[in-house]
Amino acid sequence: MECKGKVWKFGEDIDTDAIIPARYLNTSDPAELALHCMEDADPEFPGKVQPGDIIAAGKNFGCGSSREHAPIAIKAAGVSCVIAGSFARIFYRNAFNIGLPIFECAEAADNIEENDQVEVDMKSGRIINKTKGEEYSAVPIPPFMQEIINAGGLINYVARRVKQNA
Amino acid sequence: MAMTITEKIIAAHAGRDSVAPGELVNAKVDIALGNDITAPVAIREFEKLDVKTVWDKHRVVLVPDHFVPNKDIQSAEQAKMLREFSRRHELVNYFELGRMGIEHCLLPEQGLVLPGDLIIGADSHTCTYGALGAFSTGVGSTDLAAAMALGEIWLKVPAAIKFVYSGELSPWVGGKDLILYTIGKIGVDGARYRSMEFTGPVIEGLEIDGRMTMANMAVEAGAKNGIIIPDDITKNYVTGRARREYDFLDSDPDANYEQIYDFDVTNLSPQVALPHLPENVKPVEEAGDISIDQAVIGSCTNGRISDLRQAASVLKGKKIDPRVRAIIFPGTQEIYRQAVKEGLVEIFIDAGAAVSTPTCGPCLGGHAGILGAGERAISTTNRNFVGRMGHPESEVYLSNPAVAAASAVAGRIIHPGEVA
Ligand code: SF4
Repeated sequence: MECKGKVWKFGEDIDTDAIIPARYLNTSDPAELALHCMEDADPEFPGKVQPGDIIAAGKNFGCGSSREHAPIAIKAAGVSCVIAGSFARIFYRNAFNIGLPIFECAEAADNIEENDQVEVDMKSGRIINKTKGEEYSAVPIPPFMQEIINAGGLINYVARRVKQNA
Repeated sequence: MAMTITEKIIAAHAGRDSVAPGELVNAKVDIALGNDITAPVAIREFEKLDVKTVWDKHRVVLVPDHFVPNKDIQSAEQAKMLREFSRRHELVNYFELGRMGIEHCLLPEQGLVLPGDLIIGADSHTCTYGALGAFSTGVGSTDLAAAMALGEIWLKVPAAIKFVYSGELSPWVGGKDLILYTIGKIGVDGARYRSMEFTGPVIEGLEIDGRMTMANMAVEAGAKNGIIIPDDITKNYVTGRARREYDFLDSDPDANYEQIYDFDVTNLSPQVALPHLPENVKPVEEAGDISIDQAVIGSCTNGRISDLRQAASVLKGKKIDPRVRAIIFPGTQEIYRQAVKEGLVEIFIDAGAAVSTPTCGPCLGGHAGILGAGERAISTTNRNFVGRMGHPESEVYLSNPAVAAASAVAGRIIHPGEVA
C-alpha cells in the first residue's frame, strides 16, 4: 500500500493502552481490534479513520506493553504508516515484524499537524507534507529491517530460514 | 575487549568473542515465554511455519495469567489455545490455574530463568529476570513465534547506562522507590533502547525481591533490559531452584557506559508516581491530599512474599477505610501458600481486604478490580497510563506495598509511618 493520506496527530508517549486498551485483548482478531484503535486517545478515531490515513505523533510512540495487538490494530484500521519523533523499542520491532511501515523523524513530528495531507516515499524515507509544502527525511531503515520488510514480515523471513535448515 | 555483563551474555549466546553496542546479532535463547494474551497470536504465526514442533519442549514456557481464571468466553478460548498447543507439543512448562502464578514471579521461583541466561518473552516485563544477572527482554508475538521455532532471536546490542546507588535507605523505602525515583529522574524514554545496569552498595544490600521490582520496571524507562550483577544473594536464591547449569558474569571495570548516574538515596522518601505516566514521581509527602477508592497490592512488580509481608506489617490490627476496596494478589501459588502459612492472609482478611488467587487481574484493567469513571487507585503495579486499570477517566497512583497498605487504612495517600 502507498503511504498517502490525511494525518491524525497525537502527542508524546502514546502508550499501548491508548493504542488498544487491554479490555479488548480477549481477542486477537485484527478487524475487531481495529474497531477500538486509539479510542482512549481520540474516541472519533476508529469511526472516522480512512484507508491510507497516517498517524503522526511525538516521541516514544508505542511505549508500554509488548502487545503486538497495537500495530495490528493500527494496520487493520487502514492506517498506511506511523510517523513519530521516536518509537518505543518493542513497538518498533513489532511494527517491522508484522509489516506496518513506521518512520522516525523528529522534524516531521514537530511540523505535521492534524488533517495535513502527507505522502511518504517508502524507499527513501522522504516525507512530503502537501498541505504545508514541506519535506522532511526520516531516519533510514537499517538494512536488516529492510530485509524483513522485503521478505514480507518476520514469519516469511523465518520460513525461509526453516527451509534452509531442513 | 572490555564488556558489560549484558554484552557478555549476548556475545556468548551469539557465538562471538565480543559484541559492541549497535551491532545486530542472531542469538540463541535459553527460555522463550508467552502468556494468554500474546501466545495466541504467536501460535497462529508459528503454525504458518513449516516446522513439526517447537525447538525445545523444556524451554518454551506458556503461562496463562492475564485473564485467568477465564473472565469471559473469549478469554477462555485464548487460554484454551495455550493449553491445546502445550499438549500437542508436550511442553513441560505450561502452568495451569491452581499451579500457576504471574509469569514474572513464577519463572524465577521455579528456577526456569537463571544467571547468565538469555531470555525473551512476549511480555514487556520479561526484563524482570535481569535481577538474577540474566539478559532478558520483552518482544512481540511474532518474535516469540520465531523463537519457538528456531530457538533464536535477532537483537541489536544495546548501549548501557549505569546507575550507582549509595547511602542508607530509610524505613519503608525499597526497590520500588529506587526504581520510581530513577524513572522520575530520567523519564519514560530516558533509557530507550538501552541496558540499565543497577549497581552500588544499596543494590548489593537489596534482597532478590527488591531487585526484581527494579529490573521489572526498566521497561518503564524504555530500556531493553535491566540487570544486576549476580552475587551471594543471587546464589542463595537460585540454589535449590536451578535444575541446569548457570553462569555468574560481571561487567569489566573498564566497560563502556554511555552514561553513569550516581544517586545518594540516604534521604529518599517512599515515592509515588502520579497519573498518567510512571515518570510523574514525587515523594509521598508531596503527593497532595489524594483520596482513594481502591488499593491494589500485588502484580509482577510487587506480588512477592516480602511485598506481602510489608503490607501485612502495616495492616496488622488495623481496618481498611470503609470507602476503600483493598485487593491483594499474591504473585504465585507458592507465595500464596507462604502468605497463608505466615498468617498474612488472616491479617489481610481481618483488615477488610480481598485476597485473590494469583492473576494479573486489575493491573492491566483486565478483570477483578476495574475502576469506574473518576475513581482513583493506589497500586503497587508498574503502569499508570490513561485507562490502565479501567475507565479512561480513572486514575492510578503507583507506590510500594507499605504506602498502598497505609493509604488503604487512611482512605488517602499517606506515608506508612503515619499509621504503622
Ligand atoms: S502483573 Fe501486570 S505488568 Fe505484570 S505481567 Fe501481569 S499485566 Fe503485565
